[in-house]
Amino acid sequence: MPTTGNSEALAAAFADGPAYIPYLAVGDPDDDASLAYVEALDRGGADVIELGLPFSEPIAEGPTIQGAVVRALEGGMTPDRFFAFVEDLDVDAPLVCMTYYNLIYQYSSGDDGTASDGPRDFVERAAEVGLEGFVVPDLPAEEADPLREACDEFGLDLVFIVAPTTTGERLERIMSRVSGYVYVQARLGTTGAKSDVADSTTESLDRLREFDVPKAVGFGISTGEHAERIVAGGADGIIVGSALVDIVADGVEADLSTADVADRLESLSRELKAGAERGFASRMEPAESR
Amino acid sequence: MSESEPTTTDAPGLSRRPGRRRGRDDGKFGRYGGQYVPEALMPAIEELTDAYERYVLENEDGFMDEFRERLADFGGRPTPLQRAERLSERYGREVYLKREDLLHGGAHKLNNALGQVLLAKYMGKERIVAETGAGQHGTATAMAAAHLDVPCEIYMGERDINRQRPNVFRMKLNGAEVNPVTAGRGTLKEAISETMRDWATTVENTHYVIGSVVGPHPFPVMVRDFQAVISEEAREQSIGKTGDLPTDVVACAGGGSNTMGAFTGFVDDEDVALHAIEAGGSTLEVDEEAGVAPNSASLFTGEEGVLHGARTKLLQDSDGQIMESHSVSSGLDYAGVGPELAYLVDEGRVTPVAVDDDAALEGFHRLSNTEGIIPALETAHAFGFLEEHADDLGERVVVNVSGRGDKDLDAAIEETDGRDIDGAPDMSMFTEGI
Repeated sequence: MPTTGNSEALAAAFADGPAYIPYLAVGDPDDDASLAYVEALDRGGADVIELGLPFSEPIAEGPTIQGAVVRALEGGMTPDRFFAFVEDLDVDAPLVCMTYYNLIYQYSSGDDGTASDGPRDFVERAAEVGLEGFVVPDLPAEEADPLREACDEFGLDLVFIVAPTTTGERLERIMSRVSGYVYVQARLGTTGAKSDVADSTTESLDRLREFDVPKAVGFGISTGEHAERIVAGGADGIIVGSALVDIVADGVEADLSTADVADRLESLSRELKAGAERGFASRMEPAESR
Repeated sequence: MSESEPTTTDAPGLSRRPGRRRGRDDGKFGRYGGQYVPEALMPAIEELTDAYERYVLENEDGFMDEFRERLADFGGRPTPLQRAERLSERYGREVYLKREDLLHGGAHKLNNALGQVLLAKYMGKERIVAETGAGQHGTATAMAAAHLDVPCEIYMGERDINRQRPNVFRMKLNGAEVNPVTAGRGTLKEAISETMRDWATTVENTHYVIGSVVGPHPFPVMVRDFQAVISEEAREQSIGKTGDLPTDVVACAGGGSNTMGAFTGFVDDEDVALHAIEAGGSTLEVDEEAGVAPNSASLFTGEEGVLHGARTKLLQDSDGQIMESHSVSSGLDYAGVGPELAYLVDEGRVTPVAVDDDAALEGFHRLSNTEGIIPALETAHAFGFLEEHADDLGERVVVNVSGRGDKDLDAAIEETDGRDIDGAPDMSMFTEGI
């Protein structure tokens, strides 16, 4: 029953204490700044980092991340530049690639530019540059076998998203294929920072309790207090995207220096990580005080 | 489902085609189709698949009977199959027009919109969302929603809103809200993405009325089944009028809903040639650097990929980023195409042909001044094809007149000006002083 992950680094990220998992779109707004931003997340205590490879039709994203995707694509981000970027990164946290299936499917390692007819080339290249797994929002479990096979071949994990509407047989089907961690979508809709934390999170975590896979909650988390509450409610990790992308967007808007934006990303990261740790500690308390 | 049962239908092969009306299937057409959508939408897709199988395929609660009745009373079906006298003379073969431009709303779009809004009611959904490109699907959905008394919101690219103001007004007259989409180039592709985002948030009480045979299963088969009435009628009408099937059926193709509607009833008639006419735009050359394909010829030039929930033929760059498409007609301006149509092209059953903006404009004027029918610019591509390829066609050609051109008059004035088109009016009185 327990789903064993392929990546030891991802397993280790959840081994002692809650995992803080930030997301940024790679190349937003340009490669150099983006490199500094991802490294700031690492300094801020990231346990895993989700790196977005921008796709032109990001149907699961709200306006904030759509904006990041547009900036990154305008900056010329491509799958090959993404892989080069990952090679250049100097971070401790294991890295997961978040992207849409067409980019994975089309990628060809050959230089003839022909379509590769499958995800294997992309996964092989991802393994070469040191990525540990994938999140692919438009790839449901039913269509995922070719990618899952390639991930198994190269030792990467395939993370699936579980929505508030995912129950019964679908939940079983997803949980039998997931590896690394499961991405628990806290609310319906698209990504985006919200001022509250949805009740549906608790219900989702309850439904997932029986599955022995780390549960990371995302969609709408923007403050240390959210992080604390979600981890106190039983999450093994928190995924934060839009709140961080907002900082990058503000930096572009206000023409801030890369260092300023990086500092702000690091500081919010510390807040979120500390919140997650407080939530984790509060979970221990009842047992200890007895 | 057992595949080995002997078929009793009078159309052999009917039960063998993938995705054909044969009960439950996974929505795959060879390599194409599938359900590539965010997890939050999967339960809704499964619910819709179940409703499609029960109400559409099995006519539960008399759904299809009510649909047909409303199509007749509200929509005005059947539409005529009319012999085009001048075109028949011009091309030396019998040319028949399937007059979907005479359907209520002025285009074939109502067949699908009415079917889906009615289905949403049967499913107990309280709200309708839809995307629209040219505005034809948006207006059809708004009409159907008003007719069936369901609240309706339409997402439309900002650029298309500017190109199609009368259609925006029509939607509002029917009580729909029109939400502008500013992402990307602000056309159909972005409107579909935005409608999917709305649906992902509101899926519990909302049905997404997709406008073409695209998207995740069951949309491609469901929209095809609602549009199939076009070819079911045309087949019977052709036999009634000529005593025989047509030799050729011609339909323009964007996403492919009028195309599949015009072809479906003939697919198993192997002697009937099926021609899907795509928008060749200004050129079939693509600008990879800029990510722009100045055409919408995804069947003719596209590569296999995954977009908006389905694997199909797409206009994309070598990395897999979706290109901006172009056509003089916003209804054909889409980077993808229905998965079943892509499959039928690969199988050699459907022949894709690209017709450029110039030839489409000429077709627009030719039909207007020789037959007294002003076609939609989308439809005009089919008449551009006829002019270029009539000699390659058989004795009896049916052209699907997918829509009327009233919505395109501003665009036609702008596009005609500066082109030298046979039979076009003197444009000076329309373009000066505006």
